[in-house]
Amino acid sequence: MSRFSKRYLAWVAFGLLTGALAVAAAGCGGGGKSSKSTSTSGPSSIGKGEGALNLIEWPYYSDPKFAKKFEQQSGCKIHRKDAGSSNQMVSLMRTGGGGGGGQWDLVSASGDASLRLIRGGDVKPVNINLIPSWNDFIPIFKSPAHNTVDGKHYGVSLQWGPNVLLYNTTKIKPGPTSWEALYDPKYKGKITIPNNPIQIADAAFYLMHSQPDLGIKDPYELNKKQFDATIALLKNQRKLVKLYWNYDTDGRAAFANGDVSLGAIWPVDTLALQAKGVPVKEVIPSVGATGWADTWMLAKKAPHPNCAYLWMKYVTQPQVEAQQALIFGETPVNPKACPFMNKIEAGSCAKYHLNEPLNYYNTIKFWKTPIPDCGNGKNDCMNYNAWQTAWTQVTG
Amino acid sequence: MTEFVEAGASLRSARLRLSAALWRRPWLKLALLLAAPVLVFAVVYLGALVSLFVSAFWQIDSFTAAVVHKWTLDNFKTLWQDHTYWRITGRTIGLAAAVTVTDAVLAFPLAYFMARIAPPRWRALLFVAVLLPLWSSYLVRIYAWRTILAKNGALNWVLNGIGLPDAGLAYTNTAMWIVFSYVWLPFMVLPVYAALERIPENYLEASQDLGAKGSRTLRSVILPLAIPGIVAGSIFTFSLTLGDFITPALVGGAGSSFIGNIVEDKVGQPDIPFAAAFATVPVIVMGIYLLAARRAGAFEAV
Repeated sequence: MSRFSKRYLAWVAFGLLTGALAVAAAGCGGGGKSSKSTSTSGPSSIGKGEGALNLIEWPYYSDPKFAKKFEQQSGCKIHRKDAGSSNQMVSLMRTGGGGGGGQWDLVSASGDASLRLIRGGDVKPVNINLIPSWNDFIPIFKSPAHNTVDGKHYGVSLQWGPNVLLYNTTKIKPGPTSWEALYDPKYKGKITIPNNPIQIADAAFYLMHSQPDLGIKDPYELNKKQFDATIALLKNQRKLVKLYWNYDTDGRAAFANGDVSLGAIWPVDTLALQAKGVPVKEVIPSVGATGWADTWMLAKKAPHPNCAYLWMKYVTQPQVEAQQALIFGETPVNPKACPFMNKIEAGSCAKYHLNEPLNYYNTIKFWKTPIPDCGNGKNDCMNYNAWQTAWTQVTG
Repeated sequence: MTEFVEAGASLRSARLRLSAALWRRPWLKLALLLAAPVLVFAVVYLGALVSLFVSAFWQIDSFTAAVVHKWTLDNFKTLWQDHTYWRITGRTIGLAAAVTVTDAVLAFPLAYFMARIAPPRWRALLFVAVLLPLWSSYLVRIYAWRTILAKNGALNWVLNGIGLPDAGLAYTNTAMWIVFSYVWLPFMVLPVYAALERIPENYLEASQDLGAKGSRTLRSVILPLAIPGIVAGSIFTFSLTLGDFITPALVGGAGSSFIGNIVEDKVGQPDIPFAAAFATVPVIVMGIYLLAARRAGAFEAV
């Protein structure tokens, strides 16, 4: 055999191998496409725990301070996977063929992830009657648009918190009172903003009040014109931004190291920074804020559904809601938690706005995944894909 | 007793037959030896690459974000048409090149000193010094740099101490350049050292005997012989920077995303097909780079 033909043969073999693998890969992928089965609203009673519970959670969402007791009572040993971002939660739920891959039981998804999980068929409806505390929830958290679709509950609401304006009191004088500060060239190079496409809603929320003629009613429902105006504002803001933080701990570090002195972040970070002695103060401007609301959502292929139900039942009780709220720095959805919060830390119920009247919640615009259908029958709103692409164009 | 002997004999003869068969067919011996690694390489390595490449031609459903297995070039079209991705690709390649040049410039004198000047004990000490950072986690070193470069960090403290203003390096592309050059430096020093150490002493003597000064010897003898080492090191520094996403996420500021960051975002979105399409870009860039490196003779010494 000549040298040439030997080499030729090797290439042919390589090509065949590659081709075979490609076919195999395509075949595997094709098999994963499943018909969307909408299961009914879950079991009629909670059976005996399976002995284990696998959670995808925001850090501290199953803090041993309250989770230990659950483990002892139910016999469900908790295995937790901390997620750093909503995207990470969605991709964890999608691995292994989706639905939690038969590995995960529950995910503490925020509103920017929950509809994606519902639409993608990764979570299944729960029988809300098995979670008694649900009846006590603040009404807007019983069936919110971010976790309830067509009357089906895909999980149980848990806690919420606002996105706050944080500033360094020694470097920013006088302190800002409006979201306008985040778009003010005066603060160039001192600003930090979350690196999350849902942040587009913050700019839309600002425009909702500063440019009423754009007609923005809901910062998550933007038509092309409103969307373009919002992106234009964000492109200008980019010139002022020092850091787009990926994890809130990065934003926190930037405040602590003096690299930024103004930004959008969460109350948990305010608490952590103040505990470290960093002179920061948080503001929720009078027009309100965007906010996140978290839901324990049940994975479609949950291997331990009974433990999952037991956990949802446990964490929504007033005492546990109060404990979790003060560990993480957020607000329970169960108003009965109020006295328990005050017992742990005097005045904390009011501090976290749990005693506010219902109309207070109109000022908080909760995260939800943007979809084309925004209720006007025209399907002309920009979807989450467009949000993601535009966010890359702004920050990349 | 005789049964045992017979059994032993037949076993022995079988073994002999086997070894004779293998001796007669050397390709069979080679095939048996290489089967396992080749299989692993083909399935694990090429398989992953191929499935990546295949999924780049799929799409996601805009409503459910589920992958739709329909062949399309849309992802590549978007990459081509949206200047955002050109900007990000340009930034990634540009910084990878800058880091490579910086590391080559820093590594050459150090490697030269280690290979040809330092006494043996010093050499061992320098080796430890070069390799020591690799003992700690890559993340720890990046976080360390973040605290050094921070506004309230060590760098500004020193600068202010000697009456200079703040460097203002935190969360900039310059910070990324410094951190990358630092973390990948050992990967340049070692191959350059190996190349320089291999140069026979009598080449340098011959050069001197022919009347060449130090600088001429460096240019005409040492550098050409060190080039394969530098190119080999540059493959490490270039590819490691090209594929990184942690350093940009931790020390980069606004407008410092790398290809890897966008891939990570898209995987999380989740838009795996687009992530796969963008991930083919560094593969192509690396392919071109390796071809160029082969022309420069980087693999002749391997």
